[in-house]
Amino acid sequence: MNPLISAPRRCAGTAKEAVLASFRQNVETTIPALRRFARSLTRDADLADDLVQDTLVRALRAEHLFHGGDIRAWMYTILANLNRNRLRSLARKPAMSSIEDNDGPALAGPEAGARDIERALALLVEEQRQVLLLVVLEGLSYREVAEVQGVPIGTVMSRLARARAQIKEFLDGSRPALRRVK
Amino acid sequence: MIDRDLSVTEEELHAYVDGELPDDRLQAVTAWLAAHPEQAALVAHWRMQGDAIRAHYGAVASEPVPDRLMLDNIARATDRGRPPLRSLMAMAATVVLAFGIGAGTGWFAHGDAGAKSAAGQGRIVAAGSDKITADALEAYRLYVVEVRHPVEVPGSERAHLRQWLSKRVGEELRIPDLQSIGLKLVGGRLLPGPTGAAAFYMYEGPSGERFTIYCAKAGGPETALRFKNGERDASFTWVDDKVGYVVSGPADRDRLETVAKNVYEQVDKAGVKKG
Repeated sequence: MNPLISAPRRCAGTAKEAVLASFRQNVETTIPALRRFARSLTRDADLADDLVQDTLVRALRAEHLFHGGDIRAWMYTILANLNRNRLRSLARKPAMSSIEDNDGPALAGPEAGARDIERALALLVEEQRQVLLLVVLEGLSYREVAEVQGVPIGTVMSRLARARAQIKEFLDGSRPALRRVK
Repeated sequence: MIDRDLSVTEEELHAYVDGELPDDRLQAVTAWLAAHPEQAALVAHWRMQGDAIRAHYGAVASEPVPDRLMLDNIARATDRGRPPLRSLMAMAATVVLAFGIGAGTGWFAHGDAGAKSAAGQGRIVAAGSDKITADALEAYRLYVVEVRHPVEVPGSERAHLRQWLSKRVGEELRIPDLQSIGLKLVGGRLLPGPTGAAAFYMYEGPSGERFTIYCAKAGGPETALRFKNGERDASFTWVDDKVGYVVSGPADRDRLETVAKNVYEQVDKAGVKKG
């Protein structure tokens, strides 16, 4: 997709600069989407931008490791890995209160819907959350998601199915008033 | 053919919702859904989920990008983040000092607790290598999340790193080359070990997955590769010629085993240790 990027590194100064510039331009165009993905993954605006910043730092440092291919998928991969690392370090801290524990009273109207989807996403296992968000929010194909997660497409499909089933279960349970509406 | 048209799998329903269904199945699935209202309701619910997620987060992509995420600013900070060798060595000295203090209260205490509980379960293991594994895993978890300062000396200064850490650990060390399995040396740092200093190297794959090698003098007898599995991470530990090695990484046993064996062969073959 970006043939320029896989060009040999031992090239003339100007060509090298052009490769660098094109790499950076391509990285730059992914930033808005990365912010959206990070926000939905973490559901926290500051944390999300920290994650994007770390992703960009890592991408710039690793640009010599990028051997062409889809730069967008590569950026999502870095971000997903960083978030997994972050959760790993969080898992070591005991007594993290879950979102449900400090929930206020139930809201009504569109606010409630937004809150519900946030809480439903929070319930998912990280891998399932990633798949669902990459597909429905970021518009990646199943094949691209498989590449990001480094798993076969079949695994992506089953994660997606589990994510959707769990969200449905949560939404059905949390809104009993709407449950039987036909 | 007729059978295939009549039965629609759940996978196909997801593919239908996500626009991944092959054209030649579109008509069949649409017709099938018309005849199966329950499944049609399920599909509608999945669509509603997607709509809700997009409605809630979609606008983030149209927000102006904050200054700290402007690529030029990040590039400047990244370039500035590589100090010359001399200041790196001065920095290393202060970091070790800070670590010496932190070690008494922080993750070192934690490592002890881990070793004790393992012993309490009556497992017969060499105490030396158990302690080393606990320390190494703690170090892995601590530094693997570090983006800007994962190491003290970058991998580009491999020779210097080797010299420095060998001197501090008191053993002729070798820094394995793992390029052949796609891992680049990020660099290394000095850490407190069970009986003195420990050397810590970090490697990184193309998409940011990290592996670390921790090595320190170990009192215990020589051991074979021993696997320890955590919830999200894992390690291989062995003791060879009074030096303990711990290779840690994400909990993918096959991948980790490949890395550990590569390391094992290289430090073993090296023949640079005192014989």
